[in-house]
This record gives sequence, C-alpha cells and structure tokens, in this order.
Amino acid sequence: MDWYPLYNSLRIAAVSTAAVFFLGVFFAYYIARLPRLCKGVLDVVLTLPLVLPPTVVGWLLLVVLGPRHAFGAWVLDTFGTRLVMTWWSAIFATVAVSFPLMYRTARGAFESFDETLSDAGRTLGLSNTYIFWRIRMPYCRQGILAGMVLAFARALGEYGATSMVAGYTPGRTATISTTVYQLWRNNDDAGAARWVVVNIAISAAFLLTVNLLESRQRSTGEGGAA
Amino acid sequence: MTLKADIRKRLGNFHLDVHLEAGSERLALLGASGCGKSVTLRCIAGILRPDEGHIELDGRVLYDSAAGIDLPPQRRKIGYLFQQYALFPNMTVRQNIAAAVGDKSLRAARAADLLSRFRLEDAAERRPCQLSGGQQQRAALARILASGPMAVLLDEPFSALDSYLKYQLELELSDLLEDFSGPVVWVSHDRGEVWRNCRWVCVLDSGRSAPAVTTEELFRSPGTQSAARLSGCKNYVPIRPAGDRVEIPLWGVTLSCGRPVPPDTAVIGIRSHRVRPAPEGAVNAIPCAVSRVIDDVFGVIVLLRPQAALPGAPLVRMELPREDWAPLADAGSLWASVLPEDILLLK
Repeated sequence: MDWYPLYNSLRIAAVSTAAVFFLGVFFAYYIARLPRLCKGVLDVVLTLPLVLPPTVVGWLLLVVLGPRHAFGAWVLDTFGTRLVMTWWSAIFATVAVSFPLMYRTARGAFESFDETLSDAGRTLGLSNTYIFWRIRMPYCRQGILAGMVLAFARALGEYGATSMVAGYTPGRTATISTTVYQLWRNNDDAGAARWVVVNIAISAAFLLTVNLLESRQRSTGEGGAA
Repeated sequence: MTLKADIRKRLGNFHLDVHLEAGSERLALLGASGCGKSVTLRCIAGILRPDEGHIELDGRVLYDSAAGIDLPPQRRKIGYLFQQYALFPNMTVRQNIAAAVGDKSLRAARAADLLSRFRLEDAAERRPCQLSGGQQQRAALARILASGPMAVLLDEPFSALDSYLKYQLELELSDLLEDFSGPVVWVSHDRGEVWRNCRWVCVLDSGRSAPAVTTEELFRSPGTQSAARLSGCKNYVPIRPAGDRVEIPLWGVTLSCGRPVPPDTAVIGIRSHRVRPAPEGAVNAIPCAVSRVIDDVFGVIVLLRPQAALPGAPLVRMELPREDWAPLADAGSLWASVLPEDILLLK
C-alpha cells in the first residue's frame, strides 16, 4: 500500500493548522475589540467559508490563484511558480475552510477572559506582549487547543476545494479524501475501504481529543489551573 | 510625595468630575456604589482615559489632556489592588510576584524577600485558586510592591467578604501598608472602614467630588446631605435658619443649635444614636408619640412622631441600647431631645 496520501494529508493539515492558529488568534483578538457594527460584518465574512459549499470556496480560490487570473499570473511571472496543482496548493483550500472554526473558538475563549487580569498586568508594568502570551493565552488555552484540533480535523477531511485547487495526481497531490474518491471511481472498493478505515481512525482519535479537552475545561472552569 | 488628579469623563449620562490630592497620609474616596469611585481609580492608573484633566505623581505628569500626555499604565508606577485581587490563575504565587519585578536579575531575590515578608513561603508554589482569602490579599499586595509603585490604589478591598474575614484582612492590610511611604487612595463605601484606616476623606457623590477633609471633620460636620448620609446619619428634615436656632415647620418646633446658623443651611441632620429620651423642659426636648419599635441586634430602633408634626413629616429615628429602652418600653409617648452641638447643619 502506498502511504503517500496519508503523509500528504497530514503535512497539509499540519501546515494549515499552524497558519490558521496565527490567523484565527489574530483576527479573534482584534475583532473582539471593534465596534459592534464592524464586528458583525467581519464576523459574517470570516465565518462564511464554514457554511459555503467547498466547491464555491474552490472556485473563488481559483479565481484568485489560477495562472490565468491576475494574482496567479503575477506570481507565475515573478517567481515562476504556479499556485495551483502542487501539493501545497491544498493548503490554501484547507486554510480557507478551517479558519472559521479556529476563529470562532478562539473568539469565544477570548470573550470569557477576565480583562481585569490584563489591567492588573499593565499596572504592574508588564508589556502587552507578555500579557498576551503569558497570561491571556494560557488562560484561554483549552478553548484555543480545541479550536486547533477541530481545524486540523477539518483540514484533514477537506475534499471539494482541495480537488479543485490541487487536483489528484498520485504521488504528488493525492490526499486521503481525493484518493478514496479516485479508488471508488475505478471500482477498487478494497483499496477505498482501506483508506476509509484509516480516515475514520484518525478522525475518531481527534474527536475524542476534542471531547476530552472540553470536559476538562468544564470540570476545571474557564482557564482553571489544572 | 503627592498624587494629584483632576479628571473629567463622560460615560453615557454619567459625568465624572473629580479633584483629589493624596499625600503621605491615606486618603479615602468614599461614595455610594455607582458614584464613579472605580472609574476614578481606573483613570488614575491609566486603564481608562479621561476626557480631559491632569494627573500627576510626585511632579511627574501622567496625563494631561491639554499637553497631549497620556502615559500607559506600565509607565505610571501606580499599584492597583483589584476587588478580586486579579492574581494570574496560571502562575504560582512566586511566579505572580516575580513577574512584577522589572529587573530580571533581581527577580528571584526580590520574590523570595517579599514571600517571607508577607508570610507566603508555605503558599509560594501554590496557585491562586488554592489560597485562602487572606493569602490571596497578601499575594496581591506583595505583587504590587514587587513592581515598585510610587502610589497605591485600593479598590474596595473587602467588598466581597463576610464580616469576620473582612475585619481580619482589614487589620492585616493596614499593617502591611504601614511600610509603604507613598500616597495611598483607599476606595470604600463603608464609613467604618474609612474611619479606622484613613486620615483624609474625599466624598464622591454621583460623579462629583467634595474637597478632602479629615475623617473627624467629616463625621463632626459633613456639610452636605450626601456626605452626612455616607457618614451614617439617618435623620434629615428641612429647616429655616433663625439666628442660632432652626425652625422646623414639618415638626412644628424650633431647635437651638448653640452657634450661628449660616443662611444657606437648608436641612439638618441628626444621628439616630444622638437622639435621647429627656425630661420635659430639657434643651431641645420635643414631645413625641412612639410610632414603631424595631428590635435590632444590639439595641432598639424607635421611630418617633413629634406631636406637632404635619402629615407626611419624616419620623425621628432614635437608637438606644436595649437596657436604656426597657424602662420606657410601655410608654406610648415621651420627650426626646438632641444636644445643640449634635445638630448637623447641611446645605
């Protein structure tokens, strides 16, 4: 059995989770402080990829990244690189669909943060960076970890947008989900079944992790010292 | 060293307009809840920005709207004791204290020194949620001193505690602050706490501050009805000044005040434990009917209606030790008096 799809899926999910962590935390932190109207509008825009069909997300990504469109053509001219149909093209797709999960969980976690802790830190002379990374993030860590696990699981399972942006090339852009589709199309039910089992095992393990994190959060209270 | 604050801020319909000055003797900021005490402290600490004003500490300007100066809280050197102490829950007591020491090379030594001074060695490796109320307060104060503040603000330090714990922590806080030589502003709504712990008091009434007076002065002659209320006075009645006497149309009596009554006096206040049963014909004695008797924890509260009172006039509240009331318990009416110097003349 060629394990390339598993390796490819895992590295795409890992890179996209890392990207989504910073993007989600950044947007969650700054949007929570905006006036209500801006917050409402941005919230809708940023959550949209969660509810749009993946093919719509894929089409929108192609409009931006495709070599016949402005941005994609400019990158091709300048760097000689196509943004689509490479193994890492799938990262654009997985970032787009998993970002809302990270953003929303991080925002929920930040909203439960006790702002007097930040005020206390500032009156004690602690820098804003220190307060963010050493007080706010540890306080919200369980919510943020849960968001990362969800984002990772979603990235691992992404099919629609990925297949449009990265396509299916065995040994190059194949992921677990695109492989299952190809094997089924070629009537290789046994091959598809193997990948289905692998996928179910990984997803179940992740959901179990999320549940454990959430129940720990509930039993120790928000940000409780475990 | 002095802390001067002159702050104006509008929050919705609420206008804050505060002037205060705290030197080396503790200043209390006394006010009912929602009068702007916490907002004032937050503005001084730099957590909130006033609309306009000027704040300086030891000649160093922290905020000045005209000059466009607004130092961040980090550079103000003002310690702030929050109501719930705001200890960082993810750190041990030692880490909480060490984090506030600016100079990294001194961190470990300063933290160890403060832990022993504040009797926190046993709790050093514990997290805030595992501490008793007293330990939390000591840890919060140790952390504030670790940051090397030039002034300390206390935001209703005991608001959430039961009375026995409150009493213990109050003693302790007062002792621990003895070593601190900079200005201390102590926010409270409790007149007893202010009387016991502060030398000066500034009354805040719906966002407006009165000039600071000594605590003795506040209790002897509060000046305004809101200050009298905060000092615990319960009886108020409108009056007409008449030389060194006051006419009280609602009660149908005239009382002697033993001093000239300023013409702008509109109301008098009488503390309920200064009202006493008196023989007929004594100074300021008023014939009254007993309207209601309420049994209190250590005494009796008697509501009296002056016999010449108009309908709707306020009743006179008299508080007595239980044994003083016992001989009068069956009387339906009595003479009550208040000494001239015990009449508070209020604007």
